[in-house]
Amino acid sequence: MSALLVLLILLPALAGGLLCLAGRRADRAAPAVGVAVSGLVLALAAAAAATRPVFSAPFMAGAAFGLGVDDLSGPILPVVAAVTVLVLIFAAAAGTADPARFHGLMLLFSSAVLITLTATSLPALLFAWEIMGAVSYALIGFRWRDVHRVGSGLTAFVTTRTADLGLYLAAGAALAGGGSLALADLPGLDGGWRDAAAAGILVAALGKAAQLPFSFWLSRAMEGPSTVSALLHSAAMVAMGGYLLLRIQPLLAATGWGATTAAWVGAGTAVLLGVAALGQQDLKQLLAASTSAQLGFVVLAAGVGNVAGGAAHLMAHAATKAGLFLAAGAWLAALGTKKLPALRGAARRWPVIGASFTVAALSLAGIAPLSLWATKDDVLAAALEASPFLYTAGLVGAVLSAAYAGKAVAMVWRPLPADAASAYDTEERGTRRISPWQTVPVLLLAAGAAVAGLLVFGPVAQALGSGLRAGPEPGPLELALSAGLAVAVLALLWRYPERFRSKSAADWFGLERAAQAVVVRPVLAAAGSLARFDDRVLDRGVDAAARLTVLAAGRAAKTDAVVDGTAEAVARGIRSAGRQARRPQTGLIHQYYAQAALLIAGAVVLLVLVR
Amino acid sequence: MLSLIILLPLAAAAGLAVLRRLPDGAARTVFALAAVAEVVLTAAVWLGYSRSGSSSLAYEERLRWIPNVGSSYHLGVDGLSLPLLVLTAVIFLACAVYDWKARDRARSRAALFLFLEATCMGLFAAQDLILFFLFFDLSIVGMYFVIAGWGHGDRARSALKFFLYTFLGSLALLVGFIGLYLASDPHTFDIPELAAADALRGNPAGGFVLAAILVGLAVKTPVVPFHTWLPPAHTDAPASGSAVLAGVLLKMGAYGFVRIAMPLLPDSWRAWAPVIITVGVVSVLYGALVALAQSDLKRMIAYTSVNHMGYIVLALGAAGAAGGTASAVRATAVTGAVTQMVSHGLITGALFLLAGVLQDRAGTYDMGAFGGLAGPAPRYAGFFAVAAFASLGLPGFSGFIAEFQVFAGSIGVVPVVAVALPGIVITAALFLRALQRVFTGPAKGRTKGFGDLRPVEMLSAGGLLVLSALVGLLPGPLLGTIAPAADAVIALARW
Repeated sequence: MSALLVLLILLPALAGGLLCLAGRRADRAAPAVGVAVSGLVLALAAAAAATRPVFSAPFMAGAAFGLGVDDLSGPILPVVAAVTVLVLIFAAAAGTADPARFHGLMLLFSSAVLITLTATSLPALLFAWEIMGAVSYALIGFRWRDVHRVGSGLTAFVTTRTADLGLYLAAGAALAGGGSLALADLPGLDGGWRDAAAAGILVAALGKAAQLPFSFWLSRAMEGPSTVSALLHSAAMVAMGGYLLLRIQPLLAATGWGATTAAWVGAGTAVLLGVAALGQQDLKQLLAASTSAQLGFVVLAAGVGNVAGGAAHLMAHAATKAGLFLAAGAWLAALGTKKLPALRGAARRWPVIGASFTVAALSLAGIAPLSLWATKDDVLAAALEASPFLYTAGLVGAVLSAAYAGKAVAMVWRPLPADAASAYDTEERGTRRISPWQTVPVLLLAAGAAVAGLLVFGPVAQALGSGLRAGPEPGPLELALSAGLAVAVLALLWRYPERFRSKSAADWFGLERAAQAVVVRPVLAAAGSLARFDDRVLDRGVDAAARLTVLAAGRAAKTDAVVDGTAEAVARGIRSAGRQARRPQTGLIHQYYAQAALLIAGAVVLLVLVR
Repeated sequence: MLSLIILLPLAAAAGLAVLRRLPDGAARTVFALAAVAEVVLTAAVWLGYSRSGSSSLAYEERLRWIPNVGSSYHLGVDGLSLPLLVLTAVIFLACAVYDWKARDRARSRAALFLFLEATCMGLFAAQDLILFFLFFDLSIVGMYFVIAGWGHGDRARSALKFFLYTFLGSLALLVGFIGLYLASDPHTFDIPELAAADALRGNPAGGFVLAAILVGLAVKTPVVPFHTWLPPAHTDAPASGSAVLAGVLLKMGAYGFVRIAMPLLPDSWRAWAPVIITVGVVSVLYGALVALAQSDLKRMIAYTSVNHMGYIVLALGAAGAAGGTASAVRATAVTGAVTQMVSHGLITGALFLLAGVLQDRAGTYDMGAFGGLAGPAPRYAGFFAVAAFASLGLPGFSGFIAEFQVFAGSIGVVPVVAVALPGIVITAALFLRALQRVFTGPAKGRTKGFGDLRPVEMLSAGGLLVLSALVGLLPGPLLGTIAPAADAVIALARW
């Protein structure tokens, strides 16, 4: 059965790669190819969910490329594949610039997500994990002529990759602490290595899931096309962060502190980013902050050991948020704005989209019996068992969900202002039309958002929960409490949608500025000073050493001249001594006698004196 | 077979040098044909080697050369050198293709490159220290003439700096070699014999011998603080010269660590491991940070080489560090280091070839002079983006395979090397910043009228990137060759 799994992954990878390579030539065919391939992938994913194939191939030394479908990934696979199809249908209908590049990247992305979902070993996981990040960079900066969009892609990629370093650390820990890089073997690592692995994976997952303190990259990611957000920031990339924690829940539980940390970070994100969502004036920013907050519930679920509940929440959120992003995207393309005040009356103008948006938003708000109400309460029941404080934080997060969802719904249903058009076209030139094939995916996703509650109650829940660790059943009191609170808050926001204002919440509490101040600027400053050090100290030091050598050579040459001069002086002396010595050689015999007589006289004098 | 691999380009170079009347087109054809033949020959050797299933030295040739000092013409390959032989052949073929349209003294250029190819092949096949040293120095001479003769900018100064610095390093290397020779009994320069004898184990002199060898290799690799010759050499070298310099010549230093320093002086290597690891970590972080601050594209890529070579040094140092870690983990680090040599050759070779396009079209590497280049040159943007992502270690390319094993293996032995991990993120940031500055945004500066990639440019750089992707997606064949040799290095060291 492993062929099925290989096909599931290779099909979108190859199709996407070919579309990207073909470029402009494939522009006409690209939307059809995208929809067709993703449709096939959906069928394959459904088959894989049913048959549970396993695949393993040797990859690196001592580390296999392991894939497999199990109780956790089985149900999620078709959900992600379905969202992908619907998003690509919407994109085909809406039309994009450079369709081949767009659909190619989306297919590549979906392949990476499918690998992430099915990965059973760390190398396979990291492989797909980073490709997801890189493709998301290319998708966020899709309109590359706008530098700020490319910069947003950079922020998203570098932030998530910083967190990804944890996976490299985990791989080293796994290799040293037990030798196996299989995810399932991690809880059995020796002592400190297990803690290192857990810490590394936890950080990587929190980064991808846009949890605190990494959340800000998701705000920047909203500069990408709405269709990208509908897939990446609802069902796939961000969700994969939460998914990874569900996958390694046994490891988190084994360390103890890992589970507690995850639970509190999740709950904290659900609350703080809930406040941030409520403070937004921009629909996509509101949805993005809400994604962080909702993923907080999934992370919380992993922390308190409710894997089934977390998976259910993840799937229900995927359908819900994808629908909301597509609706926002449809309005953005039609009206040229995503500012909430400017979107007043948008739902009235396109009632089917408006109704779908409302259903999904009500699910987000936790209105019974829609899906997120049920899944969130399932997570909260486990939190209550773990700690009443966690439960309270989660409940506050749920109330905030109702608040920001209510704000969005209330705004789009307000009556159309007389001068509405003056607020349009602030971000792009709107088309003023939404085609039926843009509406259908939103409708279907809204339907999914409505009924996905079956994931927790009913027959699907039995199947889903089969092998997964589940939490306690939420009690009727808690279910009623959360539903009641949601309705009350929703009513309040319907009446006063614009009452809550907070600059710091709207700014995501300045998280990005903090990251800039604490990390980015110091690193850039260090880079600058090191570069100056390199030029002015190291390089000049080498040059100075070379100059010193030349200088020393000059000195040596001078010394050499002195030595040479001395030698020549000696030679001159000897030559003149020789010349002097030649003078007595006259060839005249009487002079020789005279010299001999002088010499003998001198010798006698010397003898007398010495004696 | 190995002699043929060395002599074929040498003979072709000699022929080109002698035949002064040869038209440029014919000279280029000779270069290309010889480069293709080298790829075929090295591939055949690799195929034969992996068929034989051996993990020891193969294709050995040994002739008397200078018997009175125990030096012989000894060639042989194993899993450490084979990938580098093939890499060398591939890089030179890419250069032959890239320079297909080059007009400037094509005959002497081809002769020089073929001479360089022969020295590189000789170095990776050498199993004798004197032979290794000979090829080491000849490669420096060849590269000096490439930079001084076909470079641009302040090429004479850069070439001289390159020559003197690396030549000085090679002298340190020679001192170390002589130390090894003197310690052995009977005296020999033969690498396998020296490794088997391990004469300096427990001898305090081993530390000094290793220090001399380390300095010599560190200059060539290069690692901080011996790297300052690299940026000017790259900036002023022609594109294909840079590709050879980064792709092949830097590997000589790194290869020397794993071929000579580690197996011949395992005891001293262990003693020096903390220093080696520190130098590796510093090179990784320092190289990445300084690269981040560059505004000249080619200088930036040159500094990323310091970063990438740092991973190799870090991994080899960690592999030898003290501690009771399983030898499989140490071998993973060594495998990662050798994979990184191949990977860096392919990817940085491609990056330098692509950077050369800027100089060719606009006469500058200054990133500030461009903007929105993806508009007039979409293919160039695509190729450069792929090369940049490959270089920053994106999975699917060889760099990921190398860096994953480097870190997994090294952290497993010496957990503290995790401090080098941010190097991965800084590299990502600097490449994405470069992409953003040069290729995106509104068109400005010299972007107007910028000609997109030509077929020879796409073929040469693209070929290297395809190979990198092949290694990244199907690392099995490469790792199957390297891993047994890495195991052998670890086993031989008896740590």
